Amino acid sequence: MKLDSKVPEGNLKDKWTNYKDSINLVNPANKRNIDIIVVGTGLAGGSASATLAELGYNVKAFCYQDSPRRAHSIAAQGGINAAKNYQGDGDSTYRLFYDTVKGGDYRSREANVFRLAEVSTNIIDQCVAQGVPFARDYGGLLDNRSFGGVLVSRTFYAKGQTGQQLLLGAYSAMNRQIARGKIKMNNRHEMLDIVIVDGKARGIIARNLVTGEIERHSAHAVVIASGGYGNVYFLSTNAMGSNATAAWKAHKKGAHFANPCYTQIHPTCIPRSGDYQSKLTLMSESLRNDGRIWVPKNKKDVDALRNGTIRAVDISEADRDYYLERRYPAFGNLVPRDVASRAAKERCDAGFGVNQTGEAVFLDFSAAIERYGKEQALLKGLDSNNKDKVKELGTEIVRSKYGNLFQMYEKIVDENPYQTPMMIYPAVHYTMGGIWVDYNLMTSVDGLYAIGEANFSDHGANRLGASALMQGLADGYFVLPYTIGDYLSNDIRTGPISTSSKEFDVAEKEVVERIEKLINNKGSNTVDHYHKKLGKIMWDKCGMARTEKGLKDAMSEIKKLREDFWENVSIPGNSSEMNKELEKAGRVADFLELGELFAKDALERNESCGGHFREEYATLEGEAERDDKDFSYVSAWEYKGEPADAILHKEELSFENIEVKVRSYK
Amino acid sequence: MNLNLKIWRQKDANDKGKIVEYPIANVSEHMSFLEMLDVLNEELIEKGDEPVAFDHDCREGICGMCSLYINGEAHGPDRGVTTCQLHMRKFKDGDTIFIEPFRATALPVVKDLVVDRSAMDRIQQAGGFVSVNTSGNTQDANAIPIAKENADKAFDAATCIGCGACIATCKNSSAMLYVSAKVSQFSLLPQGQVEAKERVKNMVNKMDEEGFGNCTNTGACEVECPKGISLENISRMNREFLAANFSSKK
Repeated sequence: MKLDSKVPEGNLKDKWTNYKDSINLVNPANKRNIDIIVVGTGLAGGSASATLAELGYNVKAFCYQDSPRRAHSIAAQGGINAAKNYQGDGDSTYRLFYDTVKGGDYRSREANVFRLAEVSTNIIDQCVAQGVPFARDYGGLLDNRSFGGVLVSRTFYAKGQTGQQLLLGAYSAMNRQIARGKIKMNNRHEMLDIVIVDGKARGIIARNLVTGEIERHSAHAVVIASGGYGNVYFLSTNAMGSNATAAWKAHKKGAHFANPCYTQIHPTCIPRSGDYQSKLTLMSESLRNDGRIWVPKNKKDVDALRNGTIRAVDISEADRDYYLERRYPAFGNLVPRDVASRAAKERCDAGFGVNQTGEAVFLDFSAAIERYGKEQALLKGLDSNNKDKVKELGTEIVRSKYGNLFQMYEKIVDENPYQTPMMIYPAVHYTMGGIWVDYNLMTSVDGLYAIGEANFSDHGANRLGASALMQGLADGYFVLPYTIGDYLSNDIRTGPISTSSKEFDVAEKEVVERIEKLINNKGSNTVDHYHKKLGKIMWDKCGMARTEKGLKDAMSEIKKLREDFWENVSIPGNSSEMNKELEKAGRVADFLELGELFAKDALERNESCGGHFREEYATLEGEAERDDKDFSYVSAWEYKGEPADAILHKEELSFENIEVKVRSYK
Repeated sequence: MNLNLKIWRQKDANDKGKIVEYPIANVSEHMSFLEMLDVLNEELIEKGDEPVAFDHDCREGICGMCSLYINGEAHGPDRGVTTCQLHMRKFKDGDTIFIEPFRATALPVVKDLVVDRSAMDRIQQAGGFVSVNTSGNTQDANAIPIAKENADKAFDAATCIGCGACIATCKNSSAMLYVSAKVSQFSLLPQGQVEAKERVKNMVNKMDEEGFGNCTNTGACEVECPKGISLENISRMNREFLAANFSSKK
């Protein structure tokens, strides 16, 4: 099967407009007879559900949490990008497009990214109309901040809780449709398989997580909006329940999985502390607007820090190495995430890590506190040489900008970040890879769509900060509602899809058998035992730096671990009740397959690009070395049983509107 | 440290439920409260016992999924945090810790420490939204300036995570703080004005219908709220509600 991206003809700038003018529409009376299943209620799934229901379709939405408002988009902190150019600093649709393609290390699809940049401004308008309380300046207009990898201020925000506010906006739009009966919301449900009838996605099998009942749900199209697979690493900034099960089941039913090795390791997370640790906590990239990252210049200071004989504030300015400012003067502390993470790892590997584990660097706000404090003192007519007063005034400004983040840090680490620098280290945060989709956001299965983090299309090999929220909402509010209509226009005569077909029988039987196998497998190890082992293999061998040997080892180790899991895992209780261990087991079983494909993909890609860094392919200065001649393509994997047997399909990438260059932030 | 946990166990919604005692050893002060429960559950599974069911997801205090009534306080003894952000350094060696579900008639127990908060969603469905369709043709986001003070207050109200601590804490199981946070957010913004009267009436009526109690101004909700949602919101909602009832056409 050949991959067809279905990118419309014409100039880049006209593609989306022409596309919208020429697609088939479904009239309002017919929309009432068409059902759509949406799996996941984060920014992508929530916005899609609401918009499709507004249009008149009957939406059946599913989430594993107790309410759609809990989806992990809620935890996104820093902001959302949009090419509004409210700051008059030279921003434009093209510039947002350019930054995103460059930031993604030239591994994304041009037409999709341009469309994303094009609709970005509509998102801000829509959210404000919904009553999303974005930050404003004293004139009452919207405020902006900067994020990594760009030279303009285009990020809209609501303190450090932008994801929460945007998700609650989508949730409120959903609620309006739930009240009208246009969305049937299924909380505490988990999708466990896709049902395909005559080559088209026509429904799902879901488990009611309260009663354990296995249910059949049918629809004319199915949308996967279930997020990314960062939890394959066990420790990540994802929610505990974030999983790849829906996406992986789609893959096993024919949807190609694209670029699984593209993972974002976020540079500013709270370092790990012990074996019991269940997850890692992000400190927003927005902190790099004001925080400066450093380690000591001298090993003796490192030793003294680790022994506790000195503290960070005792190290003089001259003895600090602000390594991002040193290596990347043009972008400084605001280099993209992949670059910042590798630089932190480089310093820590060289022995300059500032905590006991040797895996931490400082993120320091003292300069910002002083700068803001002096400004405030001037504005208020106070003495700007009074150090205590300046510190107090500056602290207030920093608190107003990042208060909730500082509070989170203090609660976890038990240190006051207003007085001592934060300690941070990179952690798994986001997955750029995902289900392969064409321009319509349709997967390689007819009628099966993937949106938001679950698909692969917009971020290439590295996502820029504040672009995940943009993509999730763009897909859900402004792209899918058009593209899915074009497909469904062929379904106006189909009528309701029955759930009593043999395809539903077979899918349900498979799901039940798998659950019974897990629950009756009276082994000796807990689910977390396997999840932690998988996480360690992934972090050590498929993490920030990868090698051919490491990846080969990872493939065989994961395969072995998977076999061990199916033989020796133990799950308490039974399947006809709320059983959180059983839920976890199903998810970890899927991660144990996905992880192997991940390693295979990383092994096949003999280059370094974005979040995928192969030690064999680096410049002398340690920067990623891309190979555009041989690897300028999307790797889309077709399922063939064992992950190691997956077949590679290549979607060649061509760049007609952007010059492909070495990505430099110096 | 070593602790003595007294945990509410209840097989399902129909079971009567009871407190069961679990000693736990070698708890690190750096663990979060839920990580301590993870360790307990691993031990229980290894012994062939059923682990304790509790709700949790983001583990960074924002999704609102975790709950727990710890030693008689929603989200435990620390202030301004959810249970997932509570750390064991707040306890000391030898402590006995009671762990119970959030309790309210409108929030029935599903299993162990898991409760059903769907009534809270239904209140939002009764009016917690601005009726604007997605079109790509709404007016420009900067067309209506909003005073920073109002935008900030609306944001503060909108930070409610819907965990239900206020309800569990209130002796009347009132949802006033929760409902008023949403009503306030919209009443402070021009976008929310058009439907303001209907919204407050519908949400308050739904709250009563779902079996939440009345507010008697004890202020306990504000104290236990992990996000510091202010009582000011309840006053604002009361004003909105009175105004809506006096001036309504119906």
